[in-house]
Amino acid sequence: MAAVTAETRQPDLGEPKGWRRTKNRVMTALMIIAFVLVLIPLGFVLFTVIAKGASVISWQFLTGSPIPPIVLPADVGGMWPAVLGTIEITALATVMAVPLGILGAIYLNEYGGRNWLAALIGFMSDVMTGVPSVVMGLFIFSIWVLHFGFSGLAGAFALACLMLPIVIRSSYEMLRLVPDSLREGSYALGATKARVTATVVLPAAIGGIVSGALLAVARAAGETAPLLFTILTVTTANPNVFSGANTSLPSQIFSNANQPYPGAQDRGWGAALTLIAICFILMIVARLVTARFSRYSR
Amino acid sequence: MEQPEQETVTNLQRPETATQEVPLPEPAGLRRPELQQDITPGEHVFETDKISIYYDSFRAVTDVSLTVYQNEITAFIGPSGCGKTTVLRTLNRMNDLVPGARVEGDVRYRGAALYGPGVSAIAVRRRIGMVFQKPNPFPKSIYDNVAYGPRINGIHKKHELDEIVERSLRRAALWDEVKDRLSKSGLGLSGGQAQRLCIARTLAVEPDVVLMDEPCSALDPIATGRIEDLMHEIKSRYTIVIVTHNMQQATRVSDRTAFYSVLRDEKSDTRTGVLVEYGRTQQIFEDPQDSRTQAYVTGRMG
Repeated sequence: MAAVTAETRQPDLGEPKGWRRTKNRVMTALMIIAFVLVLIPLGFVLFTVIAKGASVISWQFLTGSPIPPIVLPADVGGMWPAVLGTIEITALATVMAVPLGILGAIYLNEYGGRNWLAALIGFMSDVMTGVPSVVMGLFIFSIWVLHFGFSGLAGAFALACLMLPIVIRSSYEMLRLVPDSLREGSYALGATKARVTATVVLPAAIGGIVSGALLAVARAAGETAPLLFTILTVTTANPNVFSGANTSLPSQIFSNANQPYPGAQDRGWGAALTLIAICFILMIVARLVTARFSRYSR
Repeated sequence: MEQPEQETVTNLQRPETATQEVPLPEPAGLRRPELQQDITPGEHVFETDKISIYYDSFRAVTDVSLTVYQNEITAFIGPSGCGKTTVLRTLNRMNDLVPGARVEGDVRYRGAALYGPGVSAIAVRRRIGMVFQKPNPFPKSIYDNVAYGPRINGIHKKHELDEIVERSLRRAALWDEVKDRLSKSGLGLSGGQAQRLCIARTLAVEPDVVLMDEPCSALDPIATGRIEDLMHEIKSRYTIVIVTHNMQQATRVSDRTAFYSVLRDEKSDTRTGVLVEYGRTQQIFEDPQDSRTQAYVTGRMG
């Protein structure tokens, strides 16, 4: 056998040689370097926040109340008012922005078609993405806070304004990826447009839509600027999100971290770690939920 | 707006009586005498009278007049770009989904004007199902794929759905292969199985007509054979119109064949599909009347 294969001329199936191979390796190396470069800041941020914040975190830090004056050390009082404020304000903003954003994306992709109104809304939504968050805060301050006072609701309005264009854009892109053949399959069975959208298009796109919504939620949870004008920053827990000044983790990070007192700085790091942990837990929960929704898409 | 739509829906839901209710002077003129001599035609399911189909200002197909008979398999053949699929998609108003598409001329389904005022495309498609070129199972379980149509028609009782799912999958000759994994994803099936699942899904709504747009073009010969057998089996219950690129397939499965070709306008360099010849399959392939048909079926063109 070996003699036969040795005699016959074999095609060259080896790796390409010369410049082609070099180019391949250079590009592969560049991509790995780029990936590592992206990881470096992420790694440093996580490392620093955990290194400086982990020692502060305790059950009392997470659930204690009120937030003590900045001159006191970090083991007095706790961050509960800010944790509660962040959760309730972000949740309220999510409830406002995510359904509205998904419905907007459905209009743009499924109903708008070549309509001028859809084109205008899509353009305006993109413009809205570029509005700085502090301007969003000022906007809500002038149309809501000046008339009704500071409240978690006002903060949620500002955050929802920030989230809305992100949710619209990401959901729109996901809906666009749903192949028309699926829609046609449903239409061919006599489904109405609403039925096609609700039972075929949305389930097929749900994974990506949830990912996009999560990015928006995480972004909103970390926003400081729009909250400064809308919720004020108080030190006691306010379970009523609809009225009265409130507080949040980003606001507390801001007001504690720029103080010279060691206790305040520790509280800042602890609040930062808490915020990251909350977003992380949220991501995992959403992934599990999405996996359940899209279990048939493989 | 409400009232006329209601009327048409009821009209379309009772096809047996629709022909009696709607006065029909046209059919006699549309019948081709030479066809009536050698076979006994069933009821007229579709009648088109010199229809043209446009995408915006582009005329894709023109001058299509044909009659599709009940419980027969009608094949559309012809070279690429001749408008076979466009005509097929006109028959269940699937082209409504394409922005800018419109039909000129009279399309009748069992006597009712398919593009008449107040006709609901939804009601049309519930009676006239479609199987596509590429198998397109929904990203749902096999069971939910088949139960999708009945569910949108308001059937939600578990035992009824179970019965429909089993019956449809049996008719599509898929039941034995999937009965143990009905809760698995429909996307996990092979190409041939997926296409039979799509056929089962279409049969589950008990359509009157099944339109098939090159249903076997993505399948191997064994899967193709299965689907052709299947078409013969379900023919007694349904009327089938199939677009195919495969002339052997047309001769194997169809009772009648429509040959389409492309007319090229030299001045504007536009191509328009036309119906060249329509008749019994045997006649089209063995004794074509038009030289273009002859060239195509003998393999000298297209």
